[in-house]
Amino acid sequence: MIDWQSFTPVSALAGGMIIGLATALLLLIAGRIAGISGIIGRLIELHKGDFFWRIAFISGLLLAPWLWQWLGELPQIHIETSHTILVLAGLAVGIGTRYGSGCTSGHGVCGLSRLSPRSLVATVLFMVTGMVVVYVVRHILS
Amino acid sequence: MLIPFAALLSGLIFGLGLVLSGMTDPAKVLSFLDVAGPWDPSLMFVMLGAISIGFFAFRAAKRRGRTLLSTPIHLPGTCTIDLRLVLGSLLFGMGWGLAGICPGPGLVLAASGHTGGIVFVVAMLLGMFIFDLLEKYRQSDSNLNHRQPGNIERK
Repeated sequence: MIDWQSFTPVSALAGGMIIGLATALLLLIAGRIAGISGIIGRLIELHKGDFFWRIAFISGLLLAPWLWQWLGELPQIHIETSHTILVLAGLAVGIGTRYGSGCTSGHGVCGLSRLSPRSLVATVLFMVTGMVVVYVVRHILS
Repeated sequence: MLIPFAALLSGLIFGLGLVLSGMTDPAKVLSFLDVAGPWDPSLMFVMLGAISIGFFAFRAAKRRGRTLLSTPIHLPGTCTIDLRLVLGSLLFGMGWGLAGICPGPGLVLAASGHTGGIVFVVAMLLGMFIFDLLEKYRQSDSNLNHRQPGNIERK
């Protein structure tokens, strides 16, 4: 059943198109894929030629909420997950995205945009797994 | 000089898009993943919007072969669907389903000072570090074994 009260198709579509624009900019000027987990995970390599664009992209991403806050008010955020679960989730996301070579941005946006079968498999897998986990947590365990 | 600047701008625009799309709110992401509950399909529209632009960007990139600055474009070379991709994506999906946070929104949440976001990002970075350690261990291990048949070769 669709929750029409929370459904925000216009801002979701507009926000998505802005994300697409950012992806296009990084691809067509810097020649790089905007995959967040790869960019942050490979910062550690301290590779001379790649370090600067990576740190620049991450800095821009971190500055975004500040710029938003300067122009207006950030939307309300609800995190009800306990810190223990957040730690477990963070570990799983960190290890999983590096083994799977991508996350929602790298596989979900960039990979699907370039019609990569590998990214399609990854995206379907992490989405379905996410849905199964939420189903188990919300409808079976509680 | 132009490339890091473009990357900074891209990151900034990416982050603003994430905030506008609602994907920085873990509760909204979890309502998308909760298909059996009151379902919020917004995230699908985020993907649709992003891919509608990204599709043409990647097509242009493929046709040109080079960036607008005439520098090379780096695209992933791996095409095989292997166990690493499958297991990694499963593990990522589990974490995503537990918290409703993926790497991009996590960084934005942490930067805006949310304690939960900071906890998540620190654990995520630790996870990435663990991956690097495991990879290093695996590589030195396969060097010791002189790449006997049966060892998976990594490109």
